[in-house]
Amino acid sequence: MSATPINPLVPEPWKVQRVHRDTADTFTMELESAGGKRELPFAAGQFNMLYVYGVGEVPISISGNPTKPSSIVHTTREVGPVTSALRKLKPSDHLGLRGPFGVGWPVVEARGADVVIVAGGIGLAPLRPALYQLLAARNYYGKVVLLYGTRTPADILFRKELQNWHSRFDLEVHVTVDRAMGNWNGNVGVVTTLIPRAPFDPHSTVAMVCGPEVMMRFTVQELEKRGVGLENIYLSMERNMKCAAGFCGHCQFGPAFICRDGPVFRYDHVQPLMAVREV
Amino acid sequence: MPTGDAQQSNSSILDRSQLDLLFGALAERGYHIVGPRVRDGAIVYDDVASSADLPVGWKDEQDGGKYRLVRRNDEAVFGYAVGPHSWKRYLHPPLVRLWQATRKPGGFEVTPEPINPQKTAFIGVRSCEIHAIQIQDKVFLGGPHVDVAYKARRENAFLVALNCGQAGGTCFCVSMKTGPKAQSGFDLALTEVIEKERHYFLLEAGSDAGAEVLSALTLEPAGPEELAAAERVVKNTAAHMGRALDTDGIKDLLYRNYENPRWDQVANRCLTCANCTMVCPTCFCTTVEDVTDLGGEHAERRQKWDSCFTLDFSYIHGGSVRPSARSRYRQWMTHKLGTWIDQFGTSGCVGCGRCITWCPVGIDITEETRAIRESETAPKRSAREDANGD
Repeated sequence: MSATPINPLVPEPWKVQRVHRDTADTFTMELESAGGKRELPFAAGQFNMLYVYGVGEVPISISGNPTKPSSIVHTTREVGPVTSALRKLKPSDHLGLRGPFGVGWPVVEARGADVVIVAGGIGLAPLRPALYQLLAARNYYGKVVLLYGTRTPADILFRKELQNWHSRFDLEVHVTVDRAMGNWNGNVGVVTTLIPRAPFDPHSTVAMVCGPEVMMRFTVQELEKRGVGLENIYLSMERNMKCAAGFCGHCQFGPAFICRDGPVFRYDHVQPLMAVREV
Repeated sequence: MPTGDAQQSNSSILDRSQLDLLFGALAERGYHIVGPRVRDGAIVYDDVASSADLPVGWKDEQDGGKYRLVRRNDEAVFGYAVGPHSWKRYLHPPLVRLWQATRKPGGFEVTPEPINPQKTAFIGVRSCEIHAIQIQDKVFLGGPHVDVAYKARRENAFLVALNCGQAGGTCFCVSMKTGPKAQSGFDLALTEVIEKERHYFLLEAGSDAGAEVLSALTLEPAGPEELAAAERVVKNTAAHMGRALDTDGIKDLLYRNYENPRWDQVANRCLTCANCTMVCPTCFCTTVEDVTDLGGEHAERRQKWDSCFTLDFSYIHGGSVRPSARSRYRQWMTHKLGTWIDQFGTSGCVGCGRCITWCPVGIDITEETRAIRESETAPKRSAREDANGD
């Protein structure tokens, strides 16, 4: 190959199509290429590096539909200067994009099995593409279950979509909140409390889990109690990332580079380190 | 294995007085020449114009937290071990611009930093340093993504190796199987031989580019005595390593010892100053800095060396993943000697000893490894108590 190699460190111009607020601190933005019509094929669970001109760059998982890659969708929480600046962008504003990077969810590998998706808070965003993909090929799977926990009812993401999913006969959706007001008549408690009675066959189940690390640890415990094999549990991990290409060293988790070998890992591959603090 | 005859035809004799011929030949071929020279009380890598710029007659005394230049009692040109610099400052520079952007109507335009490295010849590259360069090759060129700027710098480098004639007080290349003789990965290799009446270099080519330079120099071929003398030089160096590190099963040793109390002990001494990572020839971590001018018309991203010893290094919203010195030292050493093997199929340590010498409190990676190893084999004393105590 003599063509100029692609430089993974240089962002490409993309532009905002739409931004909307999901909750008080979370927003979703749809992007399209600013360099002519261009699709960005991605796998469910992969992420992009988004750059706001003059502010900085952050890794954000893709929350859109992998079967419709002409529009790239990101859902994120406003937690720092870059995500705040992202939130302030308006339709047709430009931003820089590098990606997609990383290894995603084993959606294809899970064919033939039940699939249980366990999401905590913003952890639903990187799992949504997997759900889209499962539903697009629904016949290949046994039961598909979504267990989703948030802090309060006001923090529930993708509310309308959840309602649509809830009304489908081929999808089980259970939502729980840590704290509720009077008008909430759903489940209260952490997401792990939904696992014991969720309808799936533990001996033929692939679990996809994303949320805070502590939530993922307890989720794995509950799944294991039900009899789900550790080799069938997948987690999406988070670490500091700068380059996303395996050069900068920031995202190391033991021998793994989260950006390159993850962010999705098979649990039994990371199990020994999950028990160690400050790895 | 090459036969004695083949070696004979490959190696030539470059008299000390002819060393500048090599500089001339490299300059003629368009190479910018960098090499060792004395500055600020240390031997550092910088531009060199001729052999007069080299650290003639100097050697370095090194130990944990200690580095001193002293006069030799001969006129050796390369009579020192290694200093605080390594070649990564040329191949993977401390600060590089990745791209610039300018505001334009409706958005901004990104211009990648042009990639046009200068042809550069490195003089006096030690065998451990060649290994370090090859390790960084794996990091930047061996994965699914390629660092195109590194690749170009690497392709434009001409390596003149030096087979060590002097082991430093903190050297342990023999343990890491990375020296003291350069076996491959160089364009030319020198061995400095100082005898009563004679001061010369054995010069051999390790690449086509090196062979071309060598043939242009029209030197006398080396005879059996010269070859034997050069062999003695490296043998003597190998016999005088300042340190040793037992690498047997080292990856699993470290994987078993994430909770060893020794990490607390070393954390009590470690200042988390990051010196070890800056001087290490294989440490590759970087961060980026996005900057703009005051008017916001121009923005750029700079990549600069970073260190796993800083709190920022592992910062994610909410805090640092490794707030304690214990976890940061453990990360560095476990990476260097353990996880590196899973990541890149090689140790991240080449035994150059820089991290020991330049540690302000003299923390010694060979000693720390030994302590962890011995904690497993020593009579069951404190390990259990410590585990209970915390």
